[in-house]
Amino acid sequence: MPEPVRGPVREVAVVAFGQSAHVPDSAETSEVEMLMPVLHDVLAQTGLKARDIDFTCSGSSDYLAGRAFSFTMALDGVGAWPPIAESHVEMDGAWALYEAWVKILTGEADTALVYAYGKSSPGDLREVLTRQLDPYYVAPLWPDSVALAALQAQALFDAGHTDARELAAIGARSRGDRPGAAPGRQVVGPLRTGDCPPVVDGAAAVVLAAGDTARRLTARPAWIRGLDHRIEAHALGVRDLTDSPSTRLAAERAGAFEAPVQLAELHAPFTSQEVVLRRALRLDAPGSTVRINPSGGALAANPMMAAGLIRLGAAAAAVQRGEADRALAHATSGPCLQQNLVAVLEGER
Amino acid sequence: MSEVLTAPLVVEFPFTRSLGPVVGAFLTGLRERTVLGVRARDGRVVVPPVEYDPVTADELRDLVEVAPTGTVTTWAWNPSPRRGQPLADPFAWVLVRLDGADTALLHALAAPGPDAVRTGMRVRIRWAAERTGAITDIACFEPAEGAAGVPREGANGSRRGGADPLRGHNVDGRGGIPGEGDPGGGNPGRGIREGDVPEGGAPEGGMREAAGGPQPAPHSGQFDDPVTGITAPARLDYTYAPGRAQSRYIQALAERRTLGERCPACRKVYVPPRGACPTCGVATGEQVEVGPRGTVTTFCIVNIKARNLDIEVPYVYAHIALDGADLALHARIGGIPYDQVRMGLRVEPVWTEGARFPDHYRPTGEPDADYDSYKELI
Repeated sequence: MPEPVRGPVREVAVVAFGQSAHVPDSAETSEVEMLMPVLHDVLAQTGLKARDIDFTCSGSSDYLAGRAFSFTMALDGVGAWPPIAESHVEMDGAWALYEAWVKILTGEADTALVYAYGKSSPGDLREVLTRQLDPYYVAPLWPDSVALAALQAQALFDAGHTDARELAAIGARSRGDRPGAAPGRQVVGPLRTGDCPPVVDGAAAVVLAAGDTARRLTARPAWIRGLDHRIEAHALGVRDLTDSPSTRLAAERAGAFEAPVQLAELHAPFTSQEVVLRRALRLDAPGSTVRINPSGGALAANPMMAAGLIRLGAAAAAVQRGEADRALAHATSGPCLQQNLVAVLEGER
Repeated sequence: MSEVLTAPLVVEFPFTRSLGPVVGAFLTGLRERTVLGVRARDGRVVVPPVEYDPVTADELRDLVEVAPTGTVTTWAWNPSPRRGQPLADPFAWVLVRLDGADTALLHALAAPGPDAVRTGMRVRIRWAAERTGAITDIACFEPAEGAAGVPREGANGSRRGGADPLRGHNVDGRGGIPGEGDPGGGNPGRGIREGDVPEGGAPEGGMREAAGGPQPAPHSGQFDDPVTGITAPARLDYTYAPGRAQSRYIQALAERRTLGERCPACRKVYVPPRGACPTCGVATGEQVEVGPRGTVTTFCIVNIKARNLDIEVPYVYAHIALDGADLALHARIGGIPYDQVRMGLRVEPVWTEGARFPDHYRPTGEPDADYDSYKELI
């Protein structure tokens, strides 16, 4: 068997990141109307025109809109005629970024536009998300997304990994509340409103570029030093909900443990999930100065299918602004941290 | 406050799924009040059973019968049950490791309140009165403190049982056959109807004694009248909002006007407008009234009658380039025999009383349009 390739075969960087304002209800704008200003923003940051982009990849879910192939409507916003090289993942845009990264690594493209959006307001998000569950054993019971996260939170309590007090503090820090703010009413115990993400609509976009193209497009590219994603067993009952081995493995493969990071953007829609991720990513070492979720994370704004891409974009933007030389970004998809993606981003060395 | 329209949108579908040998045996077993798991090569018993080992991806086929009693490995209190969930009154979601199993099953636990639930508590299946071969044949779990056969809280680390379900756990041998002392018919042997004993022999109880404690008994997975498929109805309710551009279009239609939008860059007029020019990727803000007359650019003859649509077949469905538009929209052609419709035919909309959009388009009687005048719009 040949030796696996170590490290990226080509330099790839995030050169621009943009996101929309996140609102509880975007009934006034269609998906493409919500997305277009964000696309124009990232293109303007690089000086590129839509025509100049070699590859476009998006993440979204038709189940949020309740309409088949709804993502094709959003393509109007990128100028898809005459035909462009385009792809779509039916999950968070972080995985679309992964696909675009691979496309650039293979030499098929030098630049890529990655975007993601989610309008949760048309439906009942907690019910909509049940449709991603095992259709034989689980989905017919309609366990909603908060209920599944609550099972995980209780498992963490039982294992002694956290308690309600720590969760309340994570929620308050994420939202910028004063410490000790009321944790809210119980949604599905033990989770309270303060432990759960807001349901919002929003969009985000990132531009990736290779090597010298990236250096030409921005003063300080955020180089992707490693990027990997892993998945856990589908059945919740065979998993250890207190741990995230898939996050740990993705982080190892992305090189996250090879040197300390200064900043971590974690996609933890529930306070309890931040506890799992910090343990899996070894961010809780005594004396650690890692800044966790300076953006507020998914507990401040959680547009479905975009919140993971936003973690990558926010970490990259912090590198681009010079606020960190090495940052970690994590994205998740599915119930109870089922699928996890980890990226390591660095400024020019 | 806004010009934006909304409407209810219901997405409803009865998903029918075939089951295969492992899932089918499990769901048939539930109908017969028998809980089956599958044994992995390393000896773990996975319940509910899977066809492929979640760790090694080995194909798994060795079915075993486990008990209808078990231990809660984690739980969550649901104060406000939602549509479709197993119980209408507040209940606990639970992951339950059934006696003899090494993994946990998700379901609901009937309990008077959160104070009556804890990790490590003993529970048993409450069977649905009518069972069809579905996960909902388990109506829910109910507390079964005292039901024998398993470690109690604190014993063998079972309180932390949720922490590592993939690692085999020890059954402490204090109880033996689950179902003993279970007045609810929990002994799986009793769930099998007379004359229904599967080939290969159904076990007397869910588990047999073996060195080191009770072991799940092998099960053939054979039942009379096996369940081979399920129908899982799904319904989601949405409030559809088409956004600014399409709201303006629909509102104009109510006034019997057809509104397009012009791209500020390429000057093309799109109808119906969706708010963006797909060529230039910019917003199309300028509204332009187009039509009402237009030209058939291409068409097809429909020979299949649609359900709930009171239109005689065959009929013609056409692309129509409205005058002033740079994109053809589609509509039905009426007022002319289907076999006389042609490219270049000039048509106009026909409105019916109270309708929010044209019922169909009919010939205007004008001469046909030159091919060159619409060839770019085909």
